[in-house]
Amino acid sequence: MASTDARETATGSTGVHGPTRARIEAKTLRQDRWWLMPLATFIVFSGFIVFATYRAFAGDHFYAEPYLSPFYSPCLTDSCVAGSSDFGQPLSWWSLSPALVILIFPLGFRLTCYYYRKAYYRAFWLSPPACAVAEPHTKYTGETRFPLILQNIHRYFWYAAVVVALILTYDAVLAFGPAPGESDGIHMGLGTVLMVANVVLIWLYTLSCHSCRHITGGRLRHFSKHPVRYKMWTFVSKLNARHAAYAWYSLFSVAIVDFYIYLLATGTIDDPRFF
Amino acid sequence: MGYRLKMRIWRGDQSGGDLGDYEVEVSEGEVVLDAIHRVQATQAGDLAVRWNCKAGKCGSCSAEINGRPRLMCMTRLSDFDPVETVTVTPMRSFPVIRDLVTDVSFNYEKASELPSFAPPPRDADGKRRMAQVDVERGQEFRKCIECFLCQNTCHVVRDHEENKPAFAGPRFFLRYAELDMHPLDTHDRRQLAQGAAGLGMCNITKCCTEVCPENIKITDNAIIPMKERVVDRKFDPLVWLGSKIGLRNRDNDGRTEV
Amino acid sequence: MSDRHPMTGNEMSGSEPGGLERHQYDVVVVGAGGAGLRAAIAAHDAGARTAIVCKSLLGKAHTVMAEGGIAAAMGNRWPEDNWEVHFRDTMRGGKMLNNWRMAQLHAQEAPERVMELEDWGALFDRTEDGLISQRDFGGHKYARLAHVGDRTGLEMIRTLQQRAVALGIDVFMECTVTELLKDGSGSIAGAFAYWRETGRFVVFEAPSVVLATGGIGKSFKVTSNSWEYTGDGHALALRAGASLINMEFVQFHPTGMVWPPSVKGLLVTESVRGDGGILKNSDGKRFMFDYIPEFFKAETADTIEEADRWYDDKKNNRRPPELLPRDEVARAINSEIKAGRGSPHGGIFLDIASRRTPDYIRKRLPSMYHQFKELADVDITQEPMEIGPTCHYVMGGIEVDPDTELAAVPGLYAVGECSGGMHGSNRLGGNSLSDLLVFGRRAGEAAAARADSMGQSRPTVRDDDVRAAQASALAPFDVEGDENPYAIQHDLQQSMNDLVGIIRTRGELEQSLQEIEKLKERAKRMTVEGHRQYNPGWHLAIDLRNMLLVSECIAKAALAREESRGGHTRDDFPQTDHEVWGTKNLVCNVDATGAGIDLSEKPLPVMPDELKKYFD
Repeated sequence: MASTDARETATGSTGVHGPTRARIEAKTLRQDRWWLMPLATFIVFSGFIVFATYRAFAGDHFYAEPYLSPFYSPCLTDSCVAGSSDFGQPLSWWSLSPALVILIFPLGFRLTCYYYRKAYYRAFWLSPPACAVAEPHTKYTGETRFPLILQNIHRYFWYAAVVVALILTYDAVLAFGPAPGESDGIHMGLGTVLMVANVVLIWLYTLSCHSCRHITGGRLRHFSKHPVRYKMWTFVSKLNARHAAYAWYSLFSVAIVDFYIYLLATGTIDDPRFF
Repeated sequence: MGYRLKMRIWRGDQSGGDLGDYEVEVSEGEVVLDAIHRVQATQAGDLAVRWNCKAGKCGSCSAEINGRPRLMCMTRLSDFDPVETVTVTPMRSFPVIRDLVTDVSFNYEKASELPSFAPPPRDADGKRRMAQVDVERGQEFRKCIECFLCQNTCHVVRDHEENKPAFAGPRFFLRYAELDMHPLDTHDRRQLAQGAAGLGMCNITKCCTEVCPENIKITDNAIIPMKERVVDRKFDPLVWLGSKIGLRNRDNDGRTEV
Repeated sequence: MSDRHPMTGNEMSGSEPGGLERHQYDVVVVGAGGAGLRAAIAAHDAGARTAIVCKSLLGKAHTVMAEGGIAAAMGNRWPEDNWEVHFRDTMRGGKMLNNWRMAQLHAQEAPERVMELEDWGALFDRTEDGLISQRDFGGHKYARLAHVGDRTGLEMIRTLQQRAVALGIDVFMECTVTELLKDGSGSIAGAFAYWRETGRFVVFEAPSVVLATGGIGKSFKVTSNSWEYTGDGHALALRAGASLINMEFVQFHPTGMVWPPSVKGLLVTESVRGDGGILKNSDGKRFMFDYIPEFFKAETADTIEEADRWYDDKKNNRRPPELLPRDEVARAINSEIKAGRGSPHGGIFLDIASRRTPDYIRKRLPSMYHQFKELADVDITQEPMEIGPTCHYVMGGIEVDPDTELAAVPGLYAVGECSGGMHGSNRLGGNSLSDLLVFGRRAGEAAAARADSMGQSRPTVRDDDVRAAQASALAPFDVEGDENPYAIQHDLQQSMNDLVGIIRTRGELEQSLQEIEKLKERAKRMTVEGHRQYNPGWHLAIDLRNMLLVSECIAKAALAREESRGGHTRDDFPQTDHEVWGTKNLVCNVDATGAGIDLSEKPLPVMPDELKKYFD
C-alpha cells in the first residue's frame, strides 16, 4: 500500500478531514444530543472531586458515633477523633488529614477502573467526546506510554479495594452500635441504613470489576476443567454488565454517607433512630 | 402509509463531493437501504452503494446515517420522523472510492497480519473434543459479520490516520481474543496483541460496542479480557515472579509464543 | 503486476490509467463463497498458483446467509448414521433424479470436510461429549447437521476465508468476470473481468477456471438471495459451450418472511421447525398432516401426539410432517394460502413461541430472534412468525463430471450452486454447505492437476476475444437507448415470479418465454448514465444479460418437463411420472445465435446395483 502511505504523509491534516476521506466539513453529522452524556459526566465527576477534595483535606467532622465516614476509614493517624480508630493509630507521624493516607487506594481503584477510564477519557479528555464525533487532539498514543501505561496495574488497586470494602463492611457492622446516650446492644438509625446501603454498593462495584472478572475465571482457557471458577466467573460477569451503574451509585452513596456524617458531626441535624 | 422521504446523500469521490438532496417515495416497514435503492433506480442510476444480503448478515452496507455508523439495511425508516431529513454519508474512517462506497482494504491487510489458528493433532479417533462452555466465548466473537463499523467508529484510526499501521482495531482484537480463549489453540498471541496489533492504543471508550450491529460486547468481552491477559503476560510482577518459581497458570500449558 | 494491494486488489482510482491489467495463474476461481474458497484452498494445497475473483468483498458471499447447518453423517448424535443413510436421504429428497455418483461422493466425504473446518478454527456447537453437535432437518433421517446456532454459513465462510488468507491466496475483490476466454482448440485459456471500483478491465490467463458463482435467485421477485445471484456462472458456462441440466428445478424455501414488504422473501431457517416450530393456518390448524405424500407416508407421523413425541424420542416415533422435504412443505403452504386460510399479510404462521421457552429460542435461533425483532418488530419468543415460500436455490446448473467437476469445456470446472446434478429435483436442507465443501475440494484438486499436467504449453488468450469482451462490456455506455436496467430487472423478476413460480402451467410458461423475448429486445436498447467508476447501473446492465439467458433456460425446461417432481410443480401435470421423466435430464445449450437456448434430453446416469439396494 505504498501509494496510501504517500498520501498520508503528504498532508498535515489527518482524521476525518484527511485527504482520502469523504469531504465533509462537519466534525460530526450526529443530530442527537451526543454531548449530554459527556457533559453530565463532567459536571458530576467535577462536583465529586471538589466535594471529596474539600472533605479529605478538611480533617474534621468525619465521625459521629457510631458512624465513621468512608473517606476516613480506616482512620490511622493520631489526629483521628476518639473512637474512630478501630485499627489503632500506627501512622501517628502523619500530620496531614488522615483521609489522605488511605484515599489513595479507592481513588486509584476508580481512576484505573475500565468504566471510569471510558467516562473520563470521553468527558474530560474528549478522546473522543462521543462516538463518531471527531476529537480535538492531533496526536494520540492511547495507553501505550507513561503515565497511562500505569492503567495496567488496575488489578492491584482491586486487591486493595477488596480490603477497603472489608473495612467498610466492618464500619457498617459498627454502625449498628449505640449512639451517645443509648444503651449497649443493637441499634439502628438512618445513618446505619445509609452505611449499609453504601457498603452493599461498594461491594457490587468492587466485585463487578473487570479485573475481578479476569481473576475469578476470565483468564482461563478451559472453563470445563474449573467448574467452580466458571460459576464464579458467570456470577461476576452478570454483575460486570452493570459495572458502570454500580460505579455511579457507589460514587453517590459514598458522598451521601460522608455528607450525612458531616451534618451529624457538625450538629446540623440529628440522626433519626429506629430502635 | 407511504410518504416522501427527504434525504441528503453524499455524492463524490476523493477529488471532492457534497451532500445532494433527494426526495423519494417510501412505504411502511422500509429501511434506509430501500430508500437508497429507490433513488438509484429512479433518480441516480450511478449512485454507488455497496450491499449484498439486505438482511444484516453480510455486513456490506455500512455507512453513516445522521452521523451514526450503521448498517443501511438494518436502519428502519420508522426510527425517523417523516418530516426529518435523513443524511447518509460513507464511512468516514476509510478512503472514499465513490459516493457511499469506501476502500476498506485496511481491514483486509490487518486480517492478513494475524497468525491463524494452530491446533494440536486430532484425538485418536480422528475427532476433536471441546466443551460447549469452552467455545461459547469464541462463538460470540465469531458472530462478527465484518461490517467494519467498529473499525470505522474507533477514534484511534478515525481521527488519526497515522495510527493505522500500528493498530489492528476492534474487529481484530475480537479475533485475538477468540484465539486466546480457544480451548485448543497452541499459540500464545498476547505479546503480539500488545505489540504488533496495538492493543495498548485502545482507551476502551467503547464506541465499537455501541455500533456493533451484532451486539457483540467487543469491549467488555474481548478487549478488556485481552488487556487483562496481556497484563498477565507483560505487566504483572506477581505473575512473573510466580512463573519464575514454577507457580503458573497451567491452563496456558502447551502454548508457544508467536 | 500492478501496484494493487495483493489482498484486496484495491487501488484508488482517481489517476488510474486506462488499459488492461493481465495476470497469470494456474487456477482462477470465480466466486468466493464456500465452494470457491474451498476450491481455491484445495488448488493452493495442490501447489497451483491460485487466484480468487469475486464480485463482492471477501467474506460477503451468499454462503453467509446459510443458517441451519452442514449435513454430514458423522454419527455424533446417532451412531447408526452413516454415508449410506445420508446417500439414501439425498436421493429420495431429490426424487431420484440426482446424479448418483455425486450423491455418493457427497455423503462419503462430507464428514471429513467438516472436520477440516474445525482444524481451521471453526467453533461448532458441541454435544455433551464435546463432539460437534448435529441437528435435525427436513428429509434427513438422523440429526445430521453440524451447526453454530443459526449462523452456520457465516462460520463456514469466515473459517474458509481465514484459511485462504493464512495461505496467502490472491484475492481479487469486487472484480466481476464477464466472459470466459478460450484458445483456438476450445480449451479454457482464461477469463475477462472488470474492477467494480474503477471499471478497469482485467485479463486472467489460466488453463483452469473454476466457476463457483452461486445461483440465479435474483431473477425472481420474492427471493432469499442477494443481488449477486444473477446466474453469472451458468451464463458464462453456456456461452463458453458448456451445458446446463435440471434448470427447471428451482427450490422455493417454504419459510421466507412476508412482512414488511422490504424484507419479503428473507429466509427463516428450517431450524425453527427442526427445533420444534410448527405451521398453522389462520384457523389455528396444524395443517401439514393433510399434506403427507404417499412417498413419505411410512416415515412421517400422522398424529400430533406422535409428532410431538418425536422431538424427545426419535427411535419410537416418526418425524413431524413439518420436516418433510422443502418442496412438499412449500407446496402445502402455497395451497393453504390459495385456499384463503393465510395470515393477514398473505403467509401462514410459523409458531415456536407457544412450544419452546424464550431462553431456548434465543439460544438456538439467535439470528432469527434478532432478524424478526429488528426488521419486523416481532418477538418470536412471544408470537408466531408470518412466513411464505421464497425462491431459495436452483438445483440445476452446469453439467459436470461427478469426480472432477469438469464441465464440457476442457479446463472449465463448476462447483456449488452453479453446478447441477448433485441435488436432483430438490435439495435437502444442509446438503448445500456440504456440497460446497466436498466438490469445492475435488474441483480445486482437479483444476490444479490439469494446470500441472500442461507444463509450459498452455492455452493462449486470443486478442480478438479480449477486444470483443471489452466491446461487449462497454456496450451499455454506447447505446443511445431509452431503457433503464433497473426497470428491465424489475419486470423480469415480476414475470418470473408470476409465471415460472412455485406452481406452473403450460400457458403461463409460454407467456413467460414471450416476456423474456420482449425483455431481451428491451435490453438491447438499455443505456446507463455516468462513468465506469463504481457504477451499479452499468454492473446491473452486464449482469442482466446473464439473468435473461438463465431465465430462459428455466422457463424452457419447465415447459418441456410435463410432470411434477421436487422443485418443479406443474398444475397441468400434477403426477410424478417415473416411467418417462424419471430417467432423463433436460439439457440447455446456447443456440447458434448465442443469445437463445436450445433444449435437449439426456438419459440419467444409471445407478449400479450395489447402490440400488438402498431403495428396495
